[in-house]
Amino acid sequence: MSDEKKLAIIATKGSLDWAYPPFILASTAAALGYETEIFFTFYGLQLLKRDLELEVTPLGNPGMPMPMGMDKWFPVLGLALPGMQGMMTGMMKKKMASKGVADLAELRELCQEAEVKLIACQMTVDLFELNTAEFIDGIEYAGAARFFEFAGDSDICLYI
Amino acid sequence: MADFDQELDASGLNCPLPILRAKKTLNGMESGQVLHIIATDPGSVKDFEAFANQTGNELMESKEVGGKFEFLIKKA
Repeated sequence: MSDEKKLAIIATKGSLDWAYPPFILASTAAALGYETEIFFTFYGLQLLKRDLELEVTPLGNPGMPMPMGMDKWFPVLGLALPGMQGMMTGMMKKKMASKGVADLAELRELCQEAEVKLIACQMTVDLFELNTAEFIDGIEYAGAARFFEFAGDSDICLYI
Repeated sequence: MADFDQELDASGLNCPLPILRAKKTLNGMESGQVLHIIATDPGSVKDFEAFANQTGNELMESKEVGGKFEFLIKKA
């Protein structure tokens, strides 16, 4: 199976919206027959927690479509009010569910079923003193050299 | 519509779920068998074409019926 195409992804972000691209692309690539690995580093490690408590923030994100035309009349500083992030996250999740967008945990499971390799950056785990007991099973802990071992032979390499 | 061996209703599901479910269903089928897929995601039309091109499974039919998209895929 060495003629299988390879996809290597680095996932660096830990917000609800940015959690989707790595898992959508990896699961789809696997379905197309790609051998796929995702290397999770820095905030991307949040995507490996058993309980995904990811949020989305409208702060500093002028491209985010806002409900009820809020971006037209609501002061930007108002977005920093307590509870605003939780509210936006709730609305985003509702919207996703109503549009039939996959649940993140389900996508991640589909990745694992399809033998997408999930690699956690050991350095980040140490840096932020993350508790690996909170992470899902079946992940590998390694460093940059391990990423290049696979990425060096990849057909597509993405930094997300 | 031609005969098929299995059916997958992916109505209401968005990208990439119709493709992932189809792939999973095909995994449990024999070579030469035909899967009938129903989807509502307009993106699935191009996606199933691309899926067939890249996996070698044959897209025998792709059509729109009453606002839904239907596909016949023969497993390679």
